[in-house]
Amino acid sequence: MTKRHRNVLFITLLATLHLFVIFPGFFAPYGYSTQDRELPFAPPSRLYFMDTAGNFHARPFVYSWQVRAESNKGYEEDRTQRYALRIFSTGSPYVVVGGWTSNLHLFGVQAPGRIFLFGTDDFGRDEFSRVLYGGRISLFAGLFGATVALLAGGFAGVVSGYCGKWIDALMMRLVELFLTLPWLYLLLAVRAVLPLRIKTTDAFLLLVGLVGLVGWARPARLIRGIVLTAKERNFVMAARAMGASNLHILRKHVLPQTYGTLLTMAALLVPQFILAEVTLSFLGLGVGEPTPSWGNLLAELQKYSVLSSYWWMYLPAAALVLLFMAYHWASVALQEELAAVA
Amino acid sequence: MIKVASRILHGLLLLAGVSVLAFTLLSVAPGNFFDELRLNPQVSPATVAALKIQYGMDRPLPVRYLRWLASVTRGDFGYSLSYHSAVAPLLMVRARNTLFLTGLATLLAWMVALPWGVLEALHRGGWVDRIGGGVTAALLAIPDVLLGLILLLLAARTGWFPTGGMVSADASNEALPERLRDIAVHLFFPVVALALGTVPVLVRHVRSAMILVLDSPFIEAAHGLGIPRWRLVYRHALPAGMNSLISLFGFSIGALLSMSLLMEVVLSWPGLGPLVLEAILARDIYVVIAAVMLSSVFLVIGNLLADVLLYWSDPRIRAV
Repeated sequence: MTKRHRNVLFITLLATLHLFVIFPGFFAPYGYSTQDRELPFAPPSRLYFMDTAGNFHARPFVYSWQVRAESNKGYEEDRTQRYALRIFSTGSPYVVVGGWTSNLHLFGVQAPGRIFLFGTDDFGRDEFSRVLYGGRISLFAGLFGATVALLAGGFAGVVSGYCGKWIDALMMRLVELFLTLPWLYLLLAVRAVLPLRIKTTDAFLLLVGLVGLVGWARPARLIRGIVLTAKERNFVMAARAMGASNLHILRKHVLPQTYGTLLTMAALLVPQFILAEVTLSFLGLGVGEPTPSWGNLLAELQKYSVLSSYWWMYLPAAALVLLFMAYHWASVALQEELAAVA
Repeated sequence: MIKVASRILHGLLLLAGVSVLAFTLLSVAPGNFFDELRLNPQVSPATVAALKIQYGMDRPLPVRYLRWLASVTRGDFGYSLSYHSAVAPLLMVRARNTLFLTGLATLLAWMVALPWGVLEALHRGGWVDRIGGGVTAALLAIPDVLLGLILLLLAARTGWFPTGGMVSADASNEALPERLRDIAVHLFFPVVALALGTVPVLVRHVRSAMILVLDSPFIEAAHGLGIPRWRLVYRHALPAGMNSLISLFGFSIGALLSMSLLMEVVLSWPGLGPLVLEAILARDIYVVIAAVMLSSVFLVIGNLLADVLLYWSDPRIRAV
């Protein structure tokens, strides 16, 4: 496998992960708040090909969980009824985008049976569906926060690098200040400004926007450096000599040189802002029940009984780590590709 | 000395700026302690109004700020509404615990990261470097929250170490060595968690700083003179590479304090973290302001320390 192939693979992996969490309704078999009060903390369903009689089935199937008969504690499989796995099954309706609803799911099983790939939580909600829906919020927080940070930081960096003089000096002092501040204290202080119980998505957007603004410093410093070198390039000088306006030079000659760095920077920033959301929700200051986010899914683990007894409650963390790894590899791949182009 | 004095002045200005900013932001924030109190049906509106006047919360913002400044000079740092006491004594114990924890963790992290990074730099591209790089990448991908939770699970499952707190309930009756052992046992997991979170970043910086130095001509010249390898590394290369690492120490304090806040909450260490979280949830604004101020003070002192270290280690800076 060449380096080129590997890079393409990493970027494809990242895109696939995004697809999963952008359309959770399709990939998840159930809604995030669909409860099954009979099955709290049911372990993940096992997929079978062989039934109890020893017959092979090409289509994998699951058994449903029932409370263990003799001890009344824990679950055992009800082996009397098989539920075959169906691809593109119809199930509960969900909203795809805007007003467009659908009831098509990637997979599912016939109604009385349930399939729990990641087990269930204390309300008997399917953890796999909740991880996907939670990913939508966490990832959106990351992407949105990174966009705000890049826009704010990019603007500050361009102004600082292009204008120079005292504006530059002042800006860089501010950057240093923001870079050294303990970001979690800063985040909590910003969070303390907002109403305690966030209900609407507007308030959530506001929060993420603020988080993004707080993170402007790093992109600003990087972009400033590029602008500084870009404005001394010969073709920029030539454009200036021919009487091009500042705005024209910026738009046509300086900004295009920053795009590659911005992209790589985004791959580095998105995980950081996902982490900010996860941390806030974990501490109970972000997204609240019943809406899942990776932070409040992990917050369940703060209960000792959950932490020590139900291993599948760690799976949201696995999703988080996988996404972080994918972003890390993608940023390395992007850097290599950009270096090859330059 | 003039340099140090100007640095201290800078730090004080920064602190003043942070205090004004924190005060204004938190005071204009929607919802305050008394709103929460009003929800309690056992407290009459008249009582709430009286309390508001008693604590001076009905005054305009600049007056409140000045009164807060006066209380800072008295050493109170405002009044905690939910603890009914001055903020400073509340905070001091917690700050001591946080400092103790982060100090130990920093020491441990550097003790691990320095030889690790140097080793990676020496065997660049070799299997030591590759395995080391893989481990640091894996550690970097694990979020701090998860790291804390895993260690909490370990503590709970093995039962070798307590799962929270700083001292056992009956520890005050024990003799001194027994009490020290008790604290050390409680410290173990929080310190390991913080160190594990810090080490990968440090290793990467140490590695790149060392590579930069090892590639420079003077090292090659020294090598040509027949200076033994270990002496070359630890007597010539490391001090030269120390420069950027000391700046890194100053920069990393903010990140360390943030991580400490989280780990303290997860692993129930009685530091600033849990206190700040409670204060935010209760809208106890003076505690929040004081904690933010205190974290800035740590930051300023840490950076000052880094500057002094830099001054001491780098003759070029001393010459200016």
